[in-house]
Amino acid sequence: MFTATSNFLKKSSAFYSITRNFSQIKIPLPEYQVHNFNIKDLPTETTTNKEELLEYYKDIAGLRRMEVTMDNLYKQREIRGFCHLYDGQEAICLGIEKACNLDDCLITAYRDHCQARVRGYSVHQIMAEMMGKKTGATKGKGGSMHFYRKAGNFYGGHGIVGAQTPMGVGLAFALKYKQKPNIAITMYGDGASNQGQLFEGANIAKLWNLPCIFICENNQFGMGTSNERASANTTYFKKLDMANVPGMLIDGHNVFAVREGMRFAKKYAIENGPVCIEMKTYRYHGHSMSDPGVTYRTREDVSNIRKTKDCVNYIK
Amino acid sequence: TALEKDSTAAVFGEDVKFGGVFRCSLDLNEKYGDDRVFNTPLCEQGIAAFAIGLASVGRTAIAEIQFADYMYPAFDQIVNEAAKFRYRAGSAFDVGALTIRSPYGAVGHGGHYHSQSPEAYYAHTPGLKVVIPRDPVTTKGLLLASIRDKNPVIFLEPKALYRASEADVPVEDYELDLHVAEVVHPGSDVSIISWGSQIQVAMQAAKMAEEDGISCEVIDLQTIFPYDWETLAQSVNKTGRCIITHEAPISGGWAAEIAAKIQQKCFLRLESPIERVCGYDTPFPRTHESIYMPSKWKIYEAIKRSVHF
Repeated sequence: MFTATSNFLKKSSAFYSITRNFSQIKIPLPEYQVHNFNIKDLPTETTTNKEELLEYYKDIAGLRRMEVTMDNLYKQREIRGFCHLYDGQEAICLGIEKACNLDDCLITAYRDHCQARVRGYSVHQIMAEMMGKKTGATKGKGGSMHFYRKAGNFYGGHGIVGAQTPMGVGLAFALKYKQKPNIAITMYGDGASNQGQLFEGANIAKLWNLPCIFICENNQFGMGTSNERASANTTYFKKLDMANVPGMLIDGHNVFAVREGMRFAKKYAIENGPVCIEMKTYRYHGHSMSDPGVTYRTREDVSNIRKTKDCVNYIK
Repeated sequence: TALEKDSTAAVFGEDVKFGGVFRCSLDLNEKYGDDRVFNTPLCEQGIAAFAIGLASVGRTAIAEIQFADYMYPAFDQIVNEAAKFRYRAGSAFDVGALTIRSPYGAVGHGGHYHSQSPEAYYAHTPGLKVVIPRDPVTTKGLLLASIRDKNPVIFLEPKALYRASEADVPVEDYELDLHVAEVVHPGSDVSIISWGSQIQVAMQAAKMAEEDGISCEVIDLQTIFPYDWETLAQSVNKTGRCIITHEAPISGGWAAEIAAKIQQKCFLRLESPIERVCGYDTPFPRTHESIYMPSKWKIYEAIKRSVHF
């Protein structure tokens, strides 16, 4: 933990030589629940400082702002087609990026605007893409669901639920084959956790010890169906136990918990093989823009989470 | 109606309990209860296989796949299991009581995965029937007939018409014969064959042609396979010109099959080459949808080409 921070300090001292306020802040991490890991190996606290916090705040508030703007644009019919917003879940993709780098491959499903942003696209490119302009990220052809960036090793952006998970295993295989010290971050949702192809991928990943991190973003609902009504097993981080993949549960609202958990998992995956991480989170909007998000949960639920757990406010 | 009359019938799929994403199953759960109208988790292959299992013991299984574009995880179950069940079991068992309903087709903003027309993949599988209605009245008749038909049926519903189409539908139980192609608009110069939401487009093109003095006969195929080629042949023998139109990509689309059959049956009566006005051979585009779609203008041009050949 200290090495990371002191590296950061070395970098920032060049920029902030006039600032003397480097007070380090200790952040205790919420305890991670694990499955087939030794809990003692996991980090219990991390440190940060004012500059880092400001940087994170700028990033995460930017993501939040971007998503809310998409909402408005969609309602003005500037964005057509489908639009699945990520607000409420921003800490996850930000935390992942802070723990990893652009040489790690990332693949996810259709709720991908923030991933596209942290993997290097400008807000302008993202918005242009969603509006179907050719200045957009994928030349306007993909739209909201299909962002890809070769320079950022971002492999999309997929419409069919669960289809991206075995592809992530393929990415991990390529990384291992090319002997790179990197991982494939394979993201999916709680709804996708019941897809057969996920287990097929996990089995292969474990058999061949591939550096693949399966991340289940559990936002409590698969479109309109709550976890209990869709899954016989709602401990998503244990679900890949069928393939003997060890699991971790992380509070997805806490960007530091995400960051440190990912750091640990990345190191583990490169040495030992696949890991399954469940990130507990919440999405404020409905599944997509055509879903008001209130038929399957109450407004109180949503505003309650906003008040108590909102990831942007947490950094504040 | 099927639920009412057939006590073994069950409707299930993703989100059908609250009414479904297109409100197709609205209020059914309240009326018939959880053991007959219920949700499944997000697993298309599971839904299809579950439906096949149900049907093989004789219960009427009406499965819904939320969008036709999502049917592919279930493709193996449908093609290898459902279609071949009776054949390989020597009629000891069959899944005739199976119907899989799914919305298909372009809707204006669907993009790659909410707009596909997969009828050709399933029509090419012997053992399955593929049925596509064009409006609410035919939907009710064809759906009831499909559910009661003793063969597995893939029932594709044009999603563009869920909200756009209104008609007075008779309340009582009625079925439409599954093996009849309906002549929607009689004419004498050109036969236009189509199905689903494309029928409306064909009708618009026919109207445009009428102003030029060309009389078009528009036929709704209704059952894609096995299809009523006699009605089609009768029409083309009368008019001598044929246009087939559908949203799916042109190469290997179902129009190709019909064209081959018609030229075989009506060769000497054809006055011009059979035209196919279909989608291009690309993935269904999001931004370029209006360019991709076989619009009334494209059909109109094909009509003119046929007549002036």
